[in-house]
Amino acid sequence: MTTATFTGKAEQPTRGAQASYLTAEGFTLRSWLLTKDHKRIAILYTISITLFFFVGGAAATLIRFNLVTPPGLFQPDTYNRLFTMHGIVMVWFFLIPSIPTTMGNFLIPLMIGAKDLAFPRLNLLSWYLFVIAGVLGLVAIFAGGVDTGWTFYTPFSTMYSNGYVVLALAAVFVSGFSSILTGLNFIVSIHRLRAPGLTWYRLPVFCWSNYATALILVLATPILAITLALVAVERLLKVGIFDPALGGDPLLFQHLFWFYSHPAVYIMILPGFGVISEIVPCFARKPLFGYKFVVWSSIAIAGIGFFVWAHHMFVAGISLYAGLVFSLLSYIIAVPSAIKVFNWTATLHKGWISFDAPMLYALGFIGLFTIGGLTGLFVANLAFDVHATDTYFVVAHFHYIMVGGMVSAYFGGLHYWWPKITGRLYPEWWARIAAILIFFGFNLTFFPQFILGYLGMQRRYASYPPEFQIWNVLSSAGASILAVGYALPLFYLGWSLWRGKKAGPNPWAATGLEWRTPSPPPPHNFDVTPTVTRPPYQYRPDPEPQDV
Amino acid sequence: MEGKVSFLPATASAYAGEMNWLFAGLIATSVFILLLVFGLMIVFCVRYRKGSGADRGDRMKKTWRVEVAWTAATFVLFMGLYAWGANLYIELHRPPLDATDIHVVGKQWMWKVEHPGGQKEIDALHVPVGRPVRLVLSSEDVIHDFAIPAFRIRQDAVPGRYETLWFTPTEVGDYRLFCAEFCGTDHARMGGTVTVMEPGDFQRWLDEQGSTESLAQEGAALFRQFGCSGCHGAASTVHAPPLEGLFGRPVPLASGETAMADDRYIRDSILMPRAQVAAGYPPIMPSFAGQIGEDELLKIVAYIKSLGTKERPAR
Repeated sequence: MTTATFTGKAEQPTRGAQASYLTAEGFTLRSWLLTKDHKRIAILYTISITLFFFVGGAAATLIRFNLVTPPGLFQPDTYNRLFTMHGIVMVWFFLIPSIPTTMGNFLIPLMIGAKDLAFPRLNLLSWYLFVIAGVLGLVAIFAGGVDTGWTFYTPFSTMYSNGYVVLALAAVFVSGFSSILTGLNFIVSIHRLRAPGLTWYRLPVFCWSNYATALILVLATPILAITLALVAVERLLKVGIFDPALGGDPLLFQHLFWFYSHPAVYIMILPGFGVISEIVPCFARKPLFGYKFVVWSSIAIAGIGFFVWAHHMFVAGISLYAGLVFSLLSYIIAVPSAIKVFNWTATLHKGWISFDAPMLYALGFIGLFTIGGLTGLFVANLAFDVHATDTYFVVAHFHYIMVGGMVSAYFGGLHYWWPKITGRLYPEWWARIAAILIFFGFNLTFFPQFILGYLGMQRRYASYPPEFQIWNVLSSAGASILAVGYALPLFYLGWSLWRGKKAGPNPWAATGLEWRTPSPPPPHNFDVTPTVTRPPYQYRPDPEPQDV
Repeated sequence: MEGKVSFLPATASAYAGEMNWLFAGLIATSVFILLLVFGLMIVFCVRYRKGSGADRGDRMKKTWRVEVAWTAATFVLFMGLYAWGANLYIELHRPPLDATDIHVVGKQWMWKVEHPGGQKEIDALHVPVGRPVRLVLSSEDVIHDFAIPAFRIRQDAVPGRYETLWFTPTEVGDYRLFCAEFCGTDHARMGGTVTVMEPGDFQRWLDEQGSTESLAQEGAALFRQFGCSGCHGAASTVHAPPLEGLFGRPVPLASGETAMADDRYIRDSILMPRAQVAAGYPPIMPSFAGQIGEDELLKIVAYIKSLGTKERPAR
């Protein structure tokens, strides 16, 4: 195997077998900020995106607070800034980086038996770009905010908005480079750094999912960058690109924007599929059902995902024929997603299932993702979408995928690999309570929004007709439960860092190379490069870990 | 629009009735799949929980057969739903020929409606029951969206172009009208009421509006005011295409293509005359972009439309 790092120091033998990545480089701030260790960078990312999760969550809290009464509690301009901030922060500073930059960074080298990612310095650069982008975003928010919505639709964003649009565009623009570097690193690492015997079909599904995600990151993000740059050019220099008053075409913006932003939905959800495909076999003590189908459905989603973008535009003024084609493709891409759900369910068949917190999150994920996916069939439907697009039906649909699905997968993965990352066990009962609170809080928050949307409540409304109040109140009540559910892990996981029981290398008796090294892992992951001789997920009912 | 708790919106057009069936079909499919997936998950989780004595022998071997089966079944089911929705969507793009055209202009943050008789209303739309209506939407600034949930329809109003939307109301009553595309500060307040009336009541309402001139008549005045008649008028010596008998007919273009002379073509020809030049005429018409507001434009279009029924003069 080729070595993973290109630094001279990396070749030195580790200082004592006991030193973990947390201690080996020392405890100074400098040792963290200049680290090239993928595991430390993953920790830096985790801290950063947790911060953004709570910034975006605070905006969501205020949004639900505003909507308790029909006239709204805030001025419309304040409200418009709140949902824009919520969208931008959650999409680009939490969901897109979430699983790849934290668990992906931490686990991919461990899962493929490598010492690090292929380009450790680029990995650190990617984090710095992310931080710069985040600071730009926060400056835009605190300087006075942006009121365009996260979609930056033209000509509103280029000619009419009076917010800090260019600053927000710059933030998203820079964060894109961070995404591209992470994607590049994953693609090269998975191609080049796999341990001896680790063939493509022996790769854990988590690696496959992140590989598919990385392909989208590298191919789609440049389109976003150029699109946002064009918005800035039109706004600053009054060059007519999107504004019809200057000779531009507003639909051109929507095509370009969704050509990135629909694949971006799969950037957000594919890594979640990977996490669930690791957790379910482990707690069902059975190999993953239909491994190859799960793998290829991820690749299919990444590919077809580039050809469905105009389903966001069925009422925007595209032609009848474009509508017919994009709806058809949207139904086709729903097939591989359905295949995954069936495979996870079939994995449970004749297993030996236990219900630890990661499994509760995974089961919650399957349930919520199924509802999100089924309502996707509604909004992919041409006639139905004409009624439902830009209503709360769509809001509920994508929150079922992004929050019910992706955030549940994120928490599931965080609990599952917490012992590996920190070397400590989290308190099981607290974690189960949080998982259940999140599941019920989530449904109470977002299910009423389906009804609201079908009734005709439009999205991005600071105030609304009184007949919609009852459903809004239910939704806000659910949001307060959800907020408690999301805040709980901050406390008990924080507590476990100091007081949690020592985990040992493999507390779940799981297969996979990441469990074949101490917890927390040593700086270079493995003392001896492992050799792989079997397919993944060779689980048996007995708790003994299987050889790899 | 009453204050009681409701689960479903009112059904006030023929199309909305068809949409209810589609909605029911989608719900039935979803409930079937949900029960299947959730049912199996719950049964497996209980039956095969760790420590249960259920039989785990004889596990499935040829799993690819199952995979192919459920992939195919899902695909066929999804194609059925697709075709159903596509069929209705095609209907939405085929307005009946006898539909009444009503112009709607969106601007931050109001809807301005102009009836063919010249009657105007703001944030309100009065229509007769049982008669097809075609809305011609435009926008003066940003993208808006004209949405009527009781009819299950909506369409973006995009600056720089005309979009259309049609419906046939079937129930007399008041229904909410919304702007559904985010358009700035008072987006949430950019809405109003659609009032569906008995034809007799509607005619009385039109008469009460005290309109003096129809849209086409107002357009004729503007046609002279902007100097259009100087070239396109009967007495003109300039070689410009006559507009009588034009509307609704195919126009051969200098590029060799053919364009249909609809609202959009007329509008584009006024604002971007060089884009689609009629065959046999020199491209000498100046652009009126930036000089004519949407409000005036739709009147001129209505005027040219009214010429469509006239005989084409020999010139």
